[in-house]
Amino acid sequence: MATVTFDKASRLYPGSDKPAVDQLDLSVGDGEFLVLVGPSGCGKSTSLRMLAGLEEVTSGSIYIGDRDVTDMPPKDRDIAMVFQNYALYPHMSVADNMGFALKIAGVAKDEIRKRVEEAAKILDLAPYLDRKPKALSGGQRQRVAMGRAIVRSPQVFLMDEPLSNLDAKLRVQTRTQIASLQRRLGVTTVYVTHDQVEAMTMGDRVAVLKDGLLQQVDSPRNMYDKPNNVFVAGFIGSPAMNLMTLPLNDQGAQFGTMLLPIAREALAKTSGNRITVGVRPEDLQISTTGEGLPVQVDVVEELGADAYIYGTTDAAEKVDIDDPDMRGEDKNSGENIIARTDGRRPPTRGETVHLVPGDPGHVHFFDISSGARLSV
Amino acid sequence: MRNHDPVSTSLQITSTTAESGLLDLPWDLPLETWPEERIAALPRGISRHVVRFVRISGKVYAVKEITEPIARREYQMLRNLRRLAVPSVEPTAVVSGRHDADGEHLEAALITRHLQFSLPYRALFSQTLRPDTATRLIDALAVLLVRLHLTGFYWGDVSLSNTLFRRDAGEFAAYLVDAETGELHTTLSPGQRAYDVDLARVNIAGEMFDLQAGELLDADFDPLAASDRIVDRYESLWKELTHEESFDFGERWRVDARIRRLNELGFDVGELAITTDFTGTSVQIQPKVVDAGHHTRRLLRLTGLDVEENQARRLLNDMDSFAAANDLQGEDEEIVAHTWLSTVFEPVVRAVPPQLRGKLEPAEVFHEVLQHRWFMSEAVGHDVGLDEAMRNYLASQLVHRRDEKAVLGGDDTEPVPIVGFAG
Repeated sequence: MATVTFDKASRLYPGSDKPAVDQLDLSVGDGEFLVLVGPSGCGKSTSLRMLAGLEEVTSGSIYIGDRDVTDMPPKDRDIAMVFQNYALYPHMSVADNMGFALKIAGVAKDEIRKRVEEAAKILDLAPYLDRKPKALSGGQRQRVAMGRAIVRSPQVFLMDEPLSNLDAKLRVQTRTQIASLQRRLGVTTVYVTHDQVEAMTMGDRVAVLKDGLLQQVDSPRNMYDKPNNVFVAGFIGSPAMNLMTLPLNDQGAQFGTMLLPIAREALAKTSGNRITVGVRPEDLQISTTGEGLPVQVDVVEELGADAYIYGTTDAAEKVDIDDPDMRGEDKNSGENIIARTDGRRPPTRGETVHLVPGDPGHVHFFDISSGARLSV
Repeated sequence: MRNHDPVSTSLQITSTTAESGLLDLPWDLPLETWPEERIAALPRGISRHVVRFVRISGKVYAVKEITEPIARREYQMLRNLRRLAVPSVEPTAVVSGRHDADGEHLEAALITRHLQFSLPYRALFSQTLRPDTATRLIDALAVLLVRLHLTGFYWGDVSLSNTLFRRDAGEFAAYLVDAETGELHTTLSPGQRAYDVDLARVNIAGEMFDLQAGELLDADFDPLAASDRIVDRYESLWKELTHEESFDFGERWRVDARIRRLNELGFDVGELAITTDFTGTSVQIQPKVVDAGHHTRRLLRLTGLDVEENQARRLLNDMDSFAAANDLQGEDEEIVAHTWLSTVFEPVVRAVPPQLRGKLEPAEVFHEVLQHRWFMSEAVGHDVGLDEAMRNYLASQLVHRRDEKAVLGGDDTEPVPIVGFAG
């Protein structure tokens, strides 16, 4: 059973007063593809490296299966860092390239051959085993490099931003190939990226980190539909969710001229007369009755069937997930709004439109000070 | 926002030098397609990325095509390593904002200066191999790795392919070439060091197996033993440089002995922690800061010559012999150095005719001449003069050596670039 468990694992650098990873509690299931995602400095790479043994664990523990590996050196942990090493040896056959780490480890020749053949089958390299790397295409060579990690049959694959080296075009292709390969192999995989689109398309579950703290770990669907807090709401999804601060009374939130009702349980958790509201661009539509949030259209991006409206509104205050205390901004300047609309009759630049949520179930409410989710 | 107006191209060059020749290179072409007349040579060995060597204003540069963030990161890393006096290649520039004639984006390029007289390891194996060459390369790499780790630098991709070697009085000095996966920390954890060393072991084994598969290395040679050697050499050097030693209060000479041992290994002790236990009967010492280049620095101070560590040791030894032979031991060491330089070293260097100067660096020539003199003296049964040894060496040895000033080109060991899941 190759599960991975972070048990209140922390990493505090000497001289620093804030942990780079703060009491991380995270369990990865056997065979699961878990993606750690977050902005630069959030602790995702540090967490992975703690798992790899490349980063000391200041407090807490890390388990692989039921083995406590917290103080184990990297090579005893039975993990494989994939994509660390792309070198292919030109004079060795593809089979030898894939198997040489096992040769070094003293594994028997027939066992090596067996594992190499298994991996080659999964990687669609079986006909090339006795060829030299020169005879292979770029994509095939990359798979040989992956084969080196696969034949070691580790309990866990670790991947730290493996696509960052590739140009934009190849990233998208490679993403799906890695994901489908992992599904075929069924090896527990922990994958780090800063790109939330990558996280959402690849992971069985996604773990969002910020400032060393775990914000939410969930399936991509749940993460998208029910973000736990303002940060996750604004981080996941592209284009980003519209986040704004609206006036609040005991009826609900004032969305321009429209009142957004709030469930009583959610309302009970609020304090004060303001609330943070989030609505995704695709959940906004242009009102036919002229009520709703007034938005002055700055730019219209026409994409055929859809169009995206970029505008500003004075009826709401800005919320910036990267600067929640709004130190860098004038709180009262207009909030930017993005909405998706029918591409056939989009509004024009300069026009003022009124936007309303298409479905009240797709409106998210967050506490104004803590940012925590209020709606159910 | 996706409007499709052609983006106005501004090629951006961030450079450490005012090398205007950089602007003349065909940045609007993918590196793989650069015309032959621009290329000094193809790279030798295994490389993840497209690399080409070019000549600008008589100097040779390596151009590597990689994504901009990685290029910038590596550029900065190499600059940091140079500042920390870690043996590494010199970064020259990052070229970004590249587009081809159709306005299509091209990857950025990292440019580094070719290290003169440096040799990729495969160059050393393409001739008749001496069995101990491999072990010497590995020893040099072990020293480099220790130096990197002492500085807090974690390499992440230790291999012979990522290293260049310079001759160093018959040994080798290793220089880091690829800092792409490197990280600089204040100190490294044991896990990080262990991982780097194990990576070195695995990569060296692979490289040796590959040479054997290409029949460039004797079939009797044992790659596994060679690769284990890097672990041994690293561990013993690391231990020597950093372990805490305990001894009785009365054995304080051991402090000097430790420092001397470190000096002999080529390291100066920058800081030594000395503690006694509360009874005052035993002493613990642990070097806290060690700097490589003990002999290099001393020679530089005395003569202005900037050479590798073993070469420096050799020259300093010769200087000492010179002082003894000429009754100068009581003299100021600067005076001895100056006299030795003008009457011994410089005449040897000047005696190398221009057409042979591309073969070896002056300090290495001097080392080989001294060796040659020793062999000649042995053969005839008495001391042979340096002049005579020099003449004989030039005619019988140096003239047959290949030029090593700029060893670049590839032949049978072409790179196997992987540029992604292209097909």
